[in-house]
Amino acid sequence: MTTYLFKRLIIAAITLVLASMVVFAVMEILPGDPARLMLGFNASADQVEELRNQMGLNAPLLLRYLHWAGGLLSLDFGRSYTYSVPVIDLVRERVVVSLPLALIALALSTVIAIPVGVFSAGRQGRAGDTFAMGAAQFGVAVPNFWFALMLIYLFAVWLRLVPAGGFPGWGAGIWPAVKSLLLPAVALALPQAAILARVARSALIEVLNEDYIRTARAKGLPYRAVLWRHALRNAMIPVLTILGLQFAFLLAGTIIIENVFYLPGLGRLVFQAITQRDLIVVESVVMLLVAAVIAVNLLVDFYYAVVDPRLRGRQ
Amino acid sequence: MTVRVDLPEETLAGILAKAFGNRSFLTGFAITLLVAAIALLSFVWTPYDVTKLVIADKTQAPSWTHWFGTDHFGRDILSMIMVGARNSIAVALVAVGIGMGIGVPLGAFAAARGGLADEALMRINDLVFAFPALLSAIMITAIFGPGAVNAIIAIGIFNIPVFARVARAAALAIWPREFILAARAAGKGMTQISVEHILPNIATLLLVQGTIQFALGILAEAGLSYVGLGAQPPMPSWGRMLFDAQTRMVTAPWMAIFPGMAIIVTVLGLNLLGDGIADILDPKSRRRR
Repeated sequence: MTTYLFKRLIIAAITLVLASMVVFAVMEILPGDPARLMLGFNASADQVEELRNQMGLNAPLLLRYLHWAGGLLSLDFGRSYTYSVPVIDLVRERVVVSLPLALIALALSTVIAIPVGVFSAGRQGRAGDTFAMGAAQFGVAVPNFWFALMLIYLFAVWLRLVPAGGFPGWGAGIWPAVKSLLLPAVALALPQAAILARVARSALIEVLNEDYIRTARAKGLPYRAVLWRHALRNAMIPVLTILGLQFAFLLAGTIIIENVFYLPGLGRLVFQAITQRDLIVVESVVMLLVAAVIAVNLLVDFYYAVVDPRLRGRQ
Repeated sequence: MTVRVDLPEETLAGILAKAFGNRSFLTGFAITLLVAAIALLSFVWTPYDVTKLVIADKTQAPSWTHWFGTDHFGRDILSMIMVGARNSIAVALVAVGIGMGIGVPLGAFAAARGGLADEALMRINDLVFAFPALLSAIMITAIFGPGAVNAIIAIGIFNIPVFARVARAAALAIWPREFILAARAAGKGMTQISVEHILPNIATLLLVQGTIQFALGILAEAGLSYVGLGAQPPMPSWGRMLFDAQTRMVTAPWMAIFPGMAIIVTVLGLNLLGDGIADILDPKSRRRR
């Protein structure tokens, strides 16, 4: 198992390094001089040149990359061009909105999808299954930001149960903060849950057709015990693969959903940074999200090794 | 000569008969055809001119004169949805074309060569997968500025590893087959075998993946246009219409409801079509899905 884990770890590290090179290269070919941007257009050429030297912009390419990448490792992303504060401070303020949002959405979609998948797999081809999968087919087609608009209309405008947007901050107490994340999380979670429910159902049906399930039933175990103890555990492998892939979509979805609800998260930060051409912020946030995606997929790989005894023995 | 082994006993007539018996395929096919027809119709006729702003008619509720109501500039929502269909279809279609055009040869090459080339390609795949489509769109927009073309590129890039992966996996399953061995014995090279024998046998899988990516492309384009990274006004696009609707949810909810419905119906149709094709061509898949 250690060999397997080690290999996955190496691959993840390589992917991360390559991704950082891509991001760095993209930012390199962008037009615009950050030093000029910070000093404004009235600054003299000498002043700009001095700041360029100070910021290390005149150093050779490789050196600049190593400096930047080394900074990333110690969470030093540099300073924002427009706010003149360390990027990490901006990120820290925003991540406490985006991360809880993504996690609540992930939890919600799992909590909805697994029972629906179990329900459908147990009634394969019957009315309940047809209805549930029809609903899932519909859910897959719904754009999350449109769903978000409908939720706002229903729960914030009509019923006035939750705020339509904005975020009071965690200082205002746990409940007001969670309350303002509730609608965004539901909007993110339901379309994902639809996909996940379909995967869970097909994975379960596949497993339920296996010989060892028949054996378990034949030795007198009730359906429930077979389902929960034998089938679901094995069906979790494809479900988790999709869950890991979905995390990337959830993160990307957060960026859009934050714009619907005016949440001060990473997504809003990125869009503001793009319009202000605050590229160091853009590259930092992109790098952070990419790292998160890679990390989650690595976790899924690790989980495989834990649940799948065949992988445990593999060299 | 091309050898087909997937469906030895299937004839075209047999496939057609199955297609007509498949509800998912029929519904999906009808919806897709309808959306495509509406997009084509919009080139020659729409109920109202979408380029003309009639401020006197602004934010009117749905009525007999404006079935889906009007927007904040007095433009007819139904007409805008019709024209917007063009944009959605064009972006998603070209993005699938990019993904297939680059991804399939890469995947087929990796399967044919194996070894280091295969390993390298899979690592690059991992790399692209680490950038969700929206993230790469953000980076591309940061470089080239927003626009429909850049949305196509962003979604297209994201499609490449998807098709590469599907093509590679499917091709790997075909390579050990006997008729490939025969082709090699006949002195055919890797490229020739890939084009003449592998590709026709993985085409159906690619078609199914194509409809899925088409549907995802329409969703992604709507998302990008919604946040202002896709099609730019005055070009009507479904995502952009939803952006305009956002601040008017209280006074003009129809501005959001109908473009959203258009997206849902289109994506639903494509997904049903993909499911249907998969069912027809691979009966085993029905059990799995």
